[in-house]
Order: sequence, then structure tokens, then C-alpha cells
Amino acid sequence: MQMSYPNGLKYTKEHEWIKIEGSVATIGITKYAIDQLGDIVYLDLPKVGASFKAGVNFGTVESVKTVSDLYMPVSCKITEINQTAIDSPDCLAEDAYSKGWLVKVEVENIPADLLSASEYENYIKGGN
Amino acid sequence: MSLPVEEKLKLTPLFEEHLALNGKMVPFAGWNMPVQYTGVVDEHKAVRNSVGIFDVSHMGEIIVTGRGALDYLQGLVSNDVAKLQIGQAQYSALCYENGTLVDDIIIYRRGFDSFFICINASNIEKDFAWFKERCPKQGVHLENVSDDYAQIAIQGPKSRELIAKVVDVKITELAYYHFTEGKVLGVPAIIARTGYTGELGYEVYLPASAAAKIWRGLLQVGHEYSVKPCGLGARDTLRLEVGYLLYGNDMDNTTSALECGLGWVTKFEKNNFVGKEALLKQKEEGLIRKLVAFEMQDRAIGRHGYKVYASSEGENSIGNVTSGCPAPTVGKNIGLAYVNQAYSKLGSQIWIEIRGEKKPALVVKKPFFVHGSAQG
Repeated sequence: MQMSYPNGLKYTKEHEWIKIEGSVATIGITKYAIDQLGDIVYLDLPKVGASFKAGVNFGTVESVKTVSDLYMPVSCKITEINQTAIDSPDCLAEDAYSKGWLVKVEVENIPADLLSASEYENYIKGGN
Repeated sequence: MSLPVEEKLKLTPLFEEHLALNGKMVPFAGWNMPVQYTGVVDEHKAVRNSVGIFDVSHMGEIIVTGRGALDYLQGLVSNDVAKLQIGQAQYSALCYENGTLVDDIIIYRRGFDSFFICINASNIEKDFAWFKERCPKQGVHLENVSDDYAQIAIQGPKSRELIAKVVDVKITELAYYHFTEGKVLGVPAIIARTGYTGELGYEVYLPASAAAKIWRGLLQVGHEYSVKPCGLGARDTLRLEVGYLLYGNDMDNTTSALECGLGWVTKFEKNNFVGKEALLKQKEEGLIRKLVAFEMQDRAIGRHGYKVYASSEGENSIGNVTSGCPAPTVGKNIGLAYVNQAYSKLGSQIWIEIRGEKKPALVVKKPFFVHGSAQG
């Protein structure tokens, strides 16, 4: 069974996860967020080459009923988008932390307030 | 991404049942309602293929009785209430003087002078005040019984087989848009062959105190038909596939009964009713805009509030989307939108602005899904 919040990742209070490997990072949304949204049917992701500051809106994820904004966890430049996720958004629910990644980026700056797995889990449960 | 924040909301008598079934609760029209249990698409398909049950206890009910009841209602609503037989239900518009909508309602005729009216959850106080203001001093008695009644909708091709097992009346011959009064699992109820899904279905009005017992009983008895509890999410995708309107989205106090396509329940041949004059004038002069059905030609989804344009470069909006979602049975992204009359013809190309980009859509015929079992 897939772990709810893998330890090697960092998290945001807006429910994105980020896997930082040197100057490169992979970004997705957490299993918790996916469960809250229900059937994900459409992803709107930025183009390769676009630059974002940490905390700004970089795309949207749509379920049958709702549209939710995605917020960039780090300041970065997009190097790759997950075409498989765009073509079959189902893969987010199947595999949120691997097959269901959204974008890969070249990291420019990492904010200090990213959460660890246990901090995120605590946050979801309503703790501090 | 951001998730919605909880508000202080009203609860239906089935709230505990929803929690027990892991229903995902969301705010809707001031109520805390289940949007889904197992998933919108899963529940949608259950209703199209077998049977689903919905808690619609948030809807309101008004009782109108007395020797003046028929005349009073005739002067208030757009449809011809005199045509309504005892035991029959009728969909109607409730208009303001200018022809825009107070609400859309279903009137059930229980006796010669006795009517039961189902109204929208978000409009309960407003509608009852509207009814009261226009009520004659004598001869008509009004009662807002919204808190006394729970309502459960049982919808899907297997709904008749399921309901037949829990009622003490002959249900198999109940015709579309007719109702009967009997007992459901021993509890007195109004059992109507109405619904909001395009499928064969029943809407059952019950005493609020008995709602949980009936809900559990329906799930138990319906097990052999794979009955599923369904949330507001599936209710919305099901109703949109068959082109039914939602008050507050597709119509409100800014849209006229004719613009949103309720001309079929607007009976100009009957004596005066509130809004008749304005609507007649609008009919003679022609409509400036109309509610149309559209199908996206792109993978994006046109949703409530998005602007509509005449071309991909167009700068002036020609209308706005009122409802939109992926349609699970049809397999397309569909919706309803108000557009200028010139773009309302079937086959018209329109463009919907989605996060700054204009995406192509076509005006198509309603309903999107035509093979429902509702009238079979």
C-alpha cells in the first residue's frame, strides 16, 4: 500500500509535495488532497521554460465538481511536465507520489517553511 | 492547492447516516450535505445502470389548503394548476412581476383544495414570504412544513423494484409525474414518481423523525440491486446530462422564465399570473439572450461563471456559462450558458474563456443524454 506521506518528501500547507534532488525537484499533490477532490478529470499545467516564485499559482487541477489552484512550493523554472498525468489524470489517484507527479523544475530558491512528512500529517489532523 | 473552508451549516435528519457512510460533506445552500461517498462517477453510473438514493431533505415544502387554494395558486405560478388532477404533480415557474424567477417548484395536488409544494433549499424563507404576501385574508391556509419533512430520492432503472419492496401500496402502475400516499417501511409518506436524474425514480416525502430508519432500510433492501448512496455531485452531473436546470446556477432573479427555457411551463392562455404581462411582452418582442446547451471541443471544462465569446479573438463577451462538468455517461464536457440570441442556434461555434484562454465549444441540442428510463 502506498504511504500517505512519504518521508523523503517536503510538503506545503496547500497540499503539494516536492522531492528535492540537488538543483532539480519533482512536484505533485498529496494523497490527502486527491482523496478530498474525488475523481480528477483535468490538469492545467504550465509550459516548459516558465518561471515561478514560491507560493504563486502555477496551474489547476479539476475534479468532476471543482477546480483547485496549484501553488508552487519553491522558486523555480519548469523543465518538464508529466504528459501521462495530463492524458490520464486517473494516475494521480493511483500513484500520487510517483506516476502522478505534475512537473519537474530547476530550483532557484527553497523557502524555509516547507513541512516534513510528520509536520504535514500533523497539519492535516488539525494539529500545530 | 487550496481546499474549501468549513462554515456553520444546517444539518438534515440524515447527517449521522452520511458520516457513517464516509460521505464527504460540503456546504450547499446553507446546508452541510454529502457531495459524494464512493465518488461522483461511480454514483452517477449506479443511477444510470441500477439504483441510487439521495438525501434531499434540504429541499423545502409548503402546504396550501382551503377553498381559495386553486385560484390563489393560479395567480401565483406560471403553469396551469387547474389542469392538475388529484394525485398528479406539476413542474412550474414562480415569477416576479418582471418575469424573472423567484424559484422553480413542483406542485402536488393532494385533494380538490389541497396542494403540497416542493421548493428549493436556498429559497425556503424567500418563497414562503412571497407566498404569504400574496395570500388572500380568507379562504387559503399556508404552512411552511420544511422542517417537518425529510425527502429521499430513489433513482435508477431498478428503483421501481426496490421501492415495491418497501411500500404498502401498488406502485407498479404509478405513472410519470403522479404520486400516491402510503407507508414506506411502516411510515406514512408521499411517494411521487418524479426526479432530477432522467431515470425512472421516486421522491419520497417522510416525517423527519423517521428519515434515518427509512434510509437504512432502503440501503438494506436495495442491497440486491447494488443500491448506492449518492451525493450532490452525482445529482448535479445526472441532472445536467438531461438538461435540467438548477436554481441559483442556470436561473435566478435576473433571468426570465422564457430566457432559461421554461416557456413550456408558462401558460399565457390562462388568466393573470405574476409575471405574465412582462413575459408576454418579452415573447412578442423576442428574446435578447437564451440559455443554450454546449459541448466542449477541447479537453477543458467550461464551468459556472466563465465568459462566452463569439470568436477566439473576441473581446466582447456574448454570455456566460451557468453550469458545466464532465458528463460521465456521455463522455464529453458539457454545460449550459446564456448567449446572445444570434449565437443560440444549434451548431453555433462559441468560445469559452478558461483561465485566460478561449476554448472552442458548440451549441448543441438538449438533453445531452437521451436514453434515460424516467418516462418508460
